[in-house]
Amino acid sequence: MADLSVKIGSLELKNSVMTASGTFGYGVEFEDFVNLEEIGGIIVKGTTLNHREGNAYPRMVETPSGMLNCVGLQNKGVDYFCNHIYPTIKDIKTNMIVNVSGSTVEDYVATAERINELENIPAIELNISCPNVKSGGMAFGVTCEGASEVVKAVRKAYNKTLIVKLSPNVTDIASIAKAVEAEGADSVSLINTLMGMVIDIEKRTPMLSINTGGMSGPAVRPVAVRMVWQVAKAVNIPVVGLGGIMNAHDAIEFFMAGASAIEIGTANFIDPAITVKVKNGINEWLDAHGCKSLSEIVGALKDY
Amino acid sequence: MKKYILDLTVVENTSPHPRYVLIKLTQEEPLPAMAPGQFAEIRIDGSKNTFLRRPISINYIDKEKNEIWFLVAKVGEGTQALAKVVPGDTVNAVLPLGNGFTMPTDPAQKVLLVGGGVGTAPLLYFGKCIKEMGGEPTFLLGGRSAGDLLELDMFKALGPVYTTTEDGTMGEKGFVTQHSILNKVRFDRISTCGPKPMMVSVARYAKANGIDCEVSLENKMACGVGACLCCVEGTKEGHKCVCKDGPVFNINDLLWQI
Repeated sequence: MADLSVKIGSLELKNSVMTASGTFGYGVEFEDFVNLEEIGGIIVKGTTLNHREGNAYPRMVETPSGMLNCVGLQNKGVDYFCNHIYPTIKDIKTNMIVNVSGSTVEDYVATAERINELENIPAIELNISCPNVKSGGMAFGVTCEGASEVVKAVRKAYNKTLIVKLSPNVTDIASIAKAVEAEGADSVSLINTLMGMVIDIEKRTPMLSINTGGMSGPAVRPVAVRMVWQVAKAVNIPVVGLGGIMNAHDAIEFFMAGASAIEIGTANFIDPAITVKVKNGINEWLDAHGCKSLSEIVGALKDY
Repeated sequence: MKKYILDLTVVENTSPHPRYVLIKLTQEEPLPAMAPGQFAEIRIDGSKNTFLRRPISINYIDKEKNEIWFLVAKVGEGTQALAKVVPGDTVNAVLPLGNGFTMPTDPAQKVLLVGGGVGTAPLLYFGKCIKEMGGEPTFLLGGRSAGDLLELDMFKALGPVYTTTEDGTMGEKGFVTQHSILNKVRFDRISTCGPKPMMVSVARYAKANGIDCEVSLENKMACGVGACLCCVEGTKEGHKCVCKDGPVFNINDLLWQI
């Protein structure tokens, strides 16, 4: 058994496999399928300052080897999370991480401050990349100035591990990663979903209620691996890679591209027990290749 | 109810209708407990362009044979691929999911189960469960034509069956809500599953007559367990997941214009 542990800021992961926000609920939805304690970290559903109903139905359309969603950050707000959800998940013996989103810098800060008070939440993932909310999320994540502004403000208000989730819907993701690193982010995670669109040609309408949605699943994986590779070369903070990981092989691509940890998202819908299988598969691969520790393959990509 | 990921074995796959297949599955271990109206998320193997599981309602549980049945409408590429399984094949299913129909509190309650098209599927197992508790469900099943009404012998073994067809080839001509039984018998509750326009009509009838009514929805879903929030339906308490909070909803909780 190789050592899969990793440290991101002050966050200690017993293994480098986490779940992606919005794909694993609050963890408890999956407890019949997997032992949650075997997962390195569970990143729970995006949380905003106020209650959000999200977008209208339909919110999902399947695409070749993937799907689009436009859920739109439906959640009951940070107070509800702190008072009603946190008590039910705080004793799960893994890192419970909250994905924080907002429409204004003030919202992000106020939400992060509330989460900062929760003893058993060791980190937040700052979502500056949701493509499905007007005047929010991604608006910050697509420019260096916007990303810097929100990370700077949240960094002052939040003293535990701050992971910033980046949007792939940009020209140069590495420059945005460097901008958030400069403002004190402990880590960056990437990629959030890629904006896409599917049309019903008989009705001549989009298939999603807000026209476009965020694409996820194995179809986006090569884009994600490429971006992780670019970002890992550009920054000195740990990179968390995600985008279409379906098995240990896929995860190892991300590690070799430079990711220190990975998140599993859409694959949870196909196999609710996938997280632990990927973790075990990484271990087997490392054993078979004589690696004592996962760190031996992080960024171990050779030039072609 | 505890949820499982099971590799089930195909016992039989028949085609009672050009658009539907009836797939019977088993496993060596006894099948887990499942409530009527719950569903399974079935993995589709060997389909080039599909990716997600398909939510399929539980049609019937044969406890003696340890079989679970799924009546599958061949809608798109995924269900068409699923329809090709043959005896001996493995089908991976996550089940049981969602909340089922409301069981009668008293066997004497007069429960009407209204189904249309493939929506009749979950009513068979529901009817069986009502009969097992000593009740007698009444079925009102509708289709376009006589050939669209499936598993009628199974339904008839559980209680009275009334039918409507749009072309008049079986039962009364017209839609389920036009059937004369609705003018003759006063039911205590109606549970319905079928095309949304049919369920809206049934809900309207129920509301106008002060009858408790629940509907089973089939919004497009991804995860099946309440994690992704894709399959939401608007309710008086906001968006709720059809997969986890439903698929069965009381009409009083929905925002339908009825």
